[in-house]
Amino acid sequence: MSWVRDRLLDKLHYLGHQSLNAFARLGRGSLLLLQLIFAVPQAIMRWRLILQQIYSVGVLSLLIIIVSGFFVGMVLSFQGYITLVDYGAEESLGTMVALSLVRELGPVVTALLFAGRAGSALTAEIGLMKATEQLSGMEMMAVDPIKRVLAPRFVAGLISLPILAMIFSAVGVLGGEFVGVGLLGVDGGSFWSQMQASVDFRDDVLNGMIKGVVFGWVASWIALFEGYDAVPTSSGVSSATTRTVVHTSLAVLGLDFILTALMF
Amino acid sequence: MAEINQSRFLIKITDLHFSQRGRKIFDGANIEIERGKITAIMGPSGAGKTTLLKLIGGQRHPDTGSVEVDGVNVHKLSRRKLYALRKKMGMLFQSGALLTDLTVFENVAFPLREHTRLPELMIRDLVLMKLESVGLRGAKNLMPAELSGGMARRVAMARAIALEPMMVFYDEPFTGQDPISMGVLVKLIKKLNSVLEMTSVIVSHDVAETAAIADYIYLISEGKVVAKGTPEELNRTDSEWAQQFMQGLADGPVPFHYPASDYATELMEPK
Repeated sequence: MSWVRDRLLDKLHYLGHQSLNAFARLGRGSLLLLQLIFAVPQAIMRWRLILQQIYSVGVLSLLIIIVSGFFVGMVLSFQGYITLVDYGAEESLGTMVALSLVRELGPVVTALLFAGRAGSALTAEIGLMKATEQLSGMEMMAVDPIKRVLAPRFVAGLISLPILAMIFSAVGVLGGEFVGVGLLGVDGGSFWSQMQASVDFRDDVLNGMIKGVVFGWVASWIALFEGYDAVPTSSGVSSATTRTVVHTSLAVLGLDFILTALMF
Repeated sequence: MAEINQSRFLIKITDLHFSQRGRKIFDGANIEIERGKITAIMGPSGAGKTTLLKLIGGQRHPDTGSVEVDGVNVHKLSRRKLYALRKKMGMLFQSGALLTDLTVFENVAFPLREHTRLPELMIRDLVLMKLESVGLRGAKNLMPAELSGGMARRVAMARAIALEPMMVFYDEPFTGQDPISMGVLVKLIKKLNSVLEMTSVIVSHDVAETAAIADYIYLISEGKVVAKGTPEELNRTDSEWAQQFMQGLADGPVPFHYPASDYATELMEPK
């Protein structure tokens, strides 16, 4: 039976090794986050760098956000109408679409899309800069890459994601109106007035924005850390990019659950 | 202090021990680099030549032993002081390490913009002067991706000397260059060293090119300095290993064969 024991020991060894690795990564990640936070004030002084990053992280994500927002709004409107019309409550369609978007789908889907569009690009960019010794080169030029390269991207993500989420929700509402009012014949007046009456700025819009800020923080942090911590080879950068998308998506969904439970 | 700082040697490496991922890279190396001279560190691939530059630049920490640059121990400096020291060091990476999202001009301007508050006009003039000295003023608007390997290294050289450093480190400057760019680089290193009165350290395994411009050569292998001296001295040395390296012989103290069991026995033994 000694081979059974050996196999078990092997498994145990593997498990221990993996957990140690996971903890070490968590430690390095937290350390980087701390360095990023300390670097933020200096990064803000150099707002031009942040502006450039808002362009590449935020503005370039606009198209996918707008298109997805419109489609999600349209589908919501379709599904909502089918259910609501049975109860003769199709006037509440506007409320239903707006609340779903502003509270949940806006920030969450934006964050998922952000991870795929901007987060993966950030990881690949930083990882390749590491692989081509650009980060090392900066260090030798007495320039701290965390301050010069990572921090502006971090701030840009923090600013961009909540704004993208708001745009997503706004476009989604328009998509909902297009289907609900335009195609399915819900009364436009009640669509908008019910929405106006039941969507609260503080409870709904502001909470949605807070989610956006939290997701922006997590998404940029994970993307930057994966890039900075990547094994500096092509396969290393590619697996880091995958990890960024997977980890960000899971973290966003998990955090959304917690935030929703706390907020509503 | 001033007297110590003005000692003959700019860099003093004493009894350096360093290992990485369980592999011993330096095992008691002693290296002294003289001011104003071109010193070459040569050795086979994987002998830790690049690591040595990273140790001098403070990017890696030795296990024991010390690295003194201009009279101060690099690894005892605070982060702020280390960064101040690095401003006096220029480093040319093997890949050039140019920032791929900036033009040639902006790459050379990068250290000036990061570390000085010079007016734009002066930065322009300085960058053009540095680019002129490496012969690439005409390439100022190109992106790094549009440069050949040799040109990228020359831009990296212009960037390395942008802040007029005391010393410049060249990491494998000749690897993978065609004969013309190789000649250009050899000439440039020599010229920059004498014009700017810098100390140059070249890490390389290209024997002929390096020996042509080096004032002093250290040969390292298996973590130790195996031989040292001027190029002429090394060519005349009676160390077999140094002879094999300098002449590029296939067999010698460094065997042609990777250690293996007996050839005949292995062929004959059953599967």
